[in-house]
Amino acid sequence: MIMGLNHPDAGSVTISGKKYHDLRWPMREVGALLEARAIHPGRSAYSHLWSLAQYGGIAKSRVEEVIDHVGLTSVANRRVGKFSLGMGQRLGIAAALLGDPAVVLLDEPVNGLDTEGIRWTRRLCRDLAAEGRTVFLSSHLMAEMALTADQLVVVGKGRLIAELPVDDFVACSSKRSFKVRAANLDLLIPALEDAGALTIREANSSLTVTNVSAETIGELALEQQNALYELTDLCSLEDAFMELTEGVVEYRAASR
Amino acid sequence: MTNDVLIRGEIRESPSRAGLRLALRGEWTKFWSVRSTRWTLLGLTLVTYGLCYLSTSALRGHAHAADPIVRVLVGFNFGQFAVGVLGVLFLSSEFGTGQIRSTIAVMPRRSIVLAAKAIVIGGVGLVLGEVLSFSTFLLGHLILSGQAVQVSLASPGVLRVLFESGVDLALMGLIGLGVAALVRSTAASISIFTSIMLVVTVVLFALPGAIVNAISRYLPANISSTVFSATTPSRFQGTPIFSPTTGLLVLALYAVVLLGIGGWLMIRRDT
Repeated sequence: MIMGLNHPDAGSVTISGKKYHDLRWPMREVGALLEARAIHPGRSAYSHLWSLAQYGGIAKSRVEEVIDHVGLTSVANRRVGKFSLGMGQRLGIAAALLGDPAVVLLDEPVNGLDTEGIRWTRRLCRDLAAEGRTVFLSSHLMAEMALTADQLVVVGKGRLIAELPVDDFVACSSKRSFKVRAANLDLLIPALEDAGALTIREANSSLTVTNVSAETIGELALEQQNALYELTDLCSLEDAFMELTEGVVEYRAASR
Repeated sequence: MTNDVLIRGEIRESPSRAGLRLALRGEWTKFWSVRSTRWTLLGLTLVTYGLCYLSTSALRGHAHAADPIVRVLVGFNFGQFAVGVLGVLFLSSEFGTGQIRSTIAVMPRRSIVLAAKAIVIGGVGLVLGEVLSFSTFLLGHLILSGQAVQVSLASPGVLRVLFESGVDLALMGLIGLGVAALVRSTAASISIFTSIMLVVTVVLFALPGAIVNAISRYLPANISSTVFSATTPSRFQGTPIFSPTTGLLVLALYAVVLLGIGGWLMIRRDT
């Protein structure tokens, strides 16, 4: 919808105050990696990028530059149909970067990539953001977003659920819980409960603590000269996400 | 591969806005950078020359032939399909592969995309058609040199046939493109295109005479038959027919209507 590929039932999207359709140089303002592959398989990577570049009045040298940047130089003249998923994804990113845009939209950029590809994409996103660009990522992979994103926008059933920094998002979750291992748990538990914590003793001689902050746990242990072996935040972005979207999620597995 | 800060790209400022001029360059690159284009054009050229050789050679030794230019250009009946299919593929393959999304992402004004494609396929069809018709004529002329039956530019209507046959090919490319804009799918577009060209003609002649007489002149296949012929009968297979030039204008009208409706649908539909 941002790119004007699909028409919204209502409302509008503007980029720098203009509709995408009305931008004088769309490619130079917004670069997008569209989901799956939106590339003719019979064309070489080079021809594909060159044809798009021509649309935006972009020089040939820039085509070579982006091919080089995404590491496809050695296969630039091969037909895209022969590309692996990761190579196709890199080509899509190259196309998005052609116009040197200030806004980069990446739709599910790590889907189907191997570990190396995922790490590469993550670093690329951070680098693009560090250059002052706005990088707009969409993903269902919460762990990935926790590593990559600064700001989070949660949308469910077509409505905006939340928009805030990732850290705040996790922190505001009510079910903040920690895994605690200590030299003497029997000593620690009463102190924690006095501080208002709820504790559950796990089978593997660790403790799950809720209702208090990590700072409180650490300080109580220090007072007791009780060595902490582990203090792990159990609340992930995924948990926070699930809590927030409860009742809004479109297709949820029925729990028994 | 590194994740160094991306080098600032060189951008050529020419026009003040991305528009038809730049779109034409992009579509030109796209047109020539798929194998099917080169193979289709090569095949079309070889078949046209080959059929010319076969059918024109058969006239050697004959004392008389009614309309020898028809024999020389017989391959054009095949050529119209080839260029039509090329016009279809130029757009339908983009819908089929998802490429259209990349295209519309760089040029959100879809009418400009379609216009650029129309100019490329129309232009290539015209240039190819003209080069092919005159070069095929030359081949036929050489084959028949010194024979009783001759083809000559001086013969009445021959120059008109050669010129208009090229235009006919270009219009077929545009009609193919228009059909693809309308229905999007390659298979559906090609079957509709061939149905209009062939099947409708066959079916029509099974219908009552009044209907045949009313519709026959509007069929692209019948129009093309008169275009490829130096004799200009007022009837074709017993039914009234347009003059070649009027016929071409009717084909052009088809192309304009199809591209108009197709373009309108392209703008309205999601991709």
